[in-house]
Amino acid sequence: MKNTLRQVFHSPKFVAGFVIFALILLTMIIYPLFNPGNPLEQIGVGTFAKPGTYVSLYDAAKSPTETLRLADANDKRIASRLSDSDRVEMVEWFKIMNVSVEGLDISDTDALIDLWSANYDPSVRPQGMTNAKVNYYKRLNNQINELRSGDSILIADYDDEGNLIESKKISSEDYVNTKSVANVKFLPLGTDNFGRDVLKELVSATGTSIRIGLIAGIVATLIGLTFGLLAGYVGGVLDDVIMFVTNIFTVIPSFVLLILITYSLGQEQRGATVVATVIGFTSWTWTARSVRSQVISLRNRDHVNLSKLSGHSLLRIVLMDILPYIASYVVMAFILQVSSGILAEAQLSLLGLGPKTTQVPTLGLMMNWAMLYSAHTNGSWWAYFPVILVISLISFSLNLMNTGLDQVFNPTLRD
Amino acid sequence: MKGYRKYFGKKILWFIITFIVAVILNFILPRLMPVDPVAAITGKLAGQGATDASAVQRIYEHYTQEFGLDKPTYVQFGLFVKNALHGNFGISFSQYPRPVSEIISSAIVWTIALQLPAILLGWLIGNLLGALAAYIKKGFDKVLLPISLFLSNVPAFGMAVIMLVVFGVTLKIAPIAGGYAYDMIPHLSWDFIKSVISHYQLPFWSIVLVSIGGQAVGMRSMSIYELNADYVKYARFLGIKDRKIVGYVFRNAMLPQVTGLALSIGTMIGGALVAEIVFSYPGLGSTMYSAVTAADYPLISATTLIITVMVLIVTFVLDIIYGLIDPRVKAAQFE
Repeated sequence: MKNTLRQVFHSPKFVAGFVIFALILLTMIIYPLFNPGNPLEQIGVGTFAKPGTYVSLYDAAKSPTETLRLADANDKRIASRLSDSDRVEMVEWFKIMNVSVEGLDISDTDALIDLWSANYDPSVRPQGMTNAKVNYYKRLNNQINELRSGDSILIADYDDEGNLIESKKISSEDYVNTKSVANVKFLPLGTDNFGRDVLKELVSATGTSIRIGLIAGIVATLIGLTFGLLAGYVGGVLDDVIMFVTNIFTVIPSFVLLILITYSLGQEQRGATVVATVIGFTSWTWTARSVRSQVISLRNRDHVNLSKLSGHSLLRIVLMDILPYIASYVVMAFILQVSSGILAEAQLSLLGLGPKTTQVPTLGLMMNWAMLYSAHTNGSWWAYFPVILVISLISFSLNLMNTGLDQVFNPTLRD
Repeated sequence: MKGYRKYFGKKILWFIITFIVAVILNFILPRLMPVDPVAAITGKLAGQGATDASAVQRIYEHYTQEFGLDKPTYVQFGLFVKNALHGNFGISFSQYPRPVSEIISSAIVWTIALQLPAILLGWLIGNLLGALAAYIKKGFDKVLLPISLFLSNVPAFGMAVIMLVVFGVTLKIAPIAGGYAYDMIPHLSWDFIKSVISHYQLPFWSIVLVSIGGQAVGMRSMSIYELNADYVKYARFLGIKDRKIVGYVFRNAMLPQVTGLALSIGTMIGGALVAEIVFSYPGLGSTMYSAVTAADYPLISATTLIITVMVLIVTFVLDIIYGLIDPRVKAAQFE
């Protein structure tokens, strides 16, 4: 046993897979310690807040300020406020005014603004331009002038008589240390369509999905192992019956069975555990088939025959004399079952047949909601891409482990 | 011919048996559930605005009669089989009054046209790459294997979303949704065909990419196994040209890959069906999705049955092809 383990951990593929999987598991355990609370809590009111650090504007406005004179502050300010469509419209204006825009890079804010102040004249009204467009250019010009002037922003409060009085003036050179702002929230992956913290939800969902995979894997392996051992060792009519059933369920797509069963169960009955068990019940055929063929090659070995002659019971022979020989194989099959179980849950959820949505997040449900709220077409990559990445990484790491084990136990496959 | 006849006879028998079991399962699984399906349906309809109690009562009686739920189970089964054989799957709830058979026959064309070529091409490219990786080994193998391994582990729907975002939304090379431009009515014209082809690209390549990964990994292991076989060593001792040996190895490694395809085709089709949803491709996957969201029971039942039949037929055809190319089946003729 010890020797086998050492051999397994010498396989680079197994180690790589193991490390990736262990890192995922570790994140799952450690992250909630730093960021406790309900992962389904809706912290955002809007949908799909971008990843980043959120500073409370309310607190920042009243926080003590320092004056910093940074040379590029104004340029940065203008560059960030000038949207891409504004820039395109500015170029459009230059074209109308017959200004050469050759060699002008619209991402170069300095050059663009210089050219703009040299060529824009609010009194000019080009022929054929709609009123809305003319007004748009005026607004744009005002905005640019305002940004360039660096006017202060006034904060006003109501006094006792209900009149507005100035309480604070914020100049363009005032800075607030984020440490002195009481409320700063770091959302590394933004929020989803419900305004939930995506990273927190993702960590919790990964845990649920791995649990679903494990349950599905255990159920499938137990059924497959029992059927395979019985069919292979006992043989005869039992073998025929089991193989008949197995062959049928190999051909009937498990995907279809899953849909039929989960749909019939109804939304109310579908907890994560139920879905996992159903997945397990529809994916045991592979294990059964291969265990059977391995057992058949083992059952006439000398040590098995010796056990039979010594009058050992069926259970004892199967457990003591046969199981150890196929254990490595069963472990490999189990690993694959876990990975396909996680995938099956994700696919079911995408079809709208996943676990009940209100209790736990799963990777599939996150994907399902992201798709329903068209995160993929409105550019909210943080809502779906991390989910795909995590599913792929889990499955990749499990498969790497499997390949590594395969190479250790099947010397012909070694490189 | 005796060997062939025996092989094909056995395969046909299996095909028929699995088909019958599939039909029975399709019939029995939804009926095993404790809830009364018709009550669930009428409950949904009542929730959608049919407030008139007598109308709900009439709807209830109508569906009870249509499914024959007031009759014993074996009569219900007979009715189910009879209707299915006539291609009559009832009327869709969500797209009333379209018959289910009409919805399915318009969707199945899209699914077959998308999946069959994509899976076949992916299988072919994957096998070639896998064999190449096994043969060249050093370097090439080291780069290709991890990439294929990772690719094969990206779920089909994930690949679909990534392709959609990269090529559809960001680069705007291809349209992102539907089987053809939404302002078109299907008809035979150059414009329509062009629109179909451009909408075909993203779903097609996303399925191809996913199948390449899985097949390449399997083929590589198979080829390495074969390259170490005794007959290869013997052939090398005899001084047979390398190219000829590779030919033998490839042929022998291909055989299990055909069986592998037959065994995994169900999973692949399932994955590709889910990928269809991402592109709102007008095939069976999207039909199933809309049926599930609208709780359209007749449509779900018919779609699952059709998908099962599709998978059964493909598996059967692959088994037949396997019989034709496997020398062991051929050898059985001379017994």
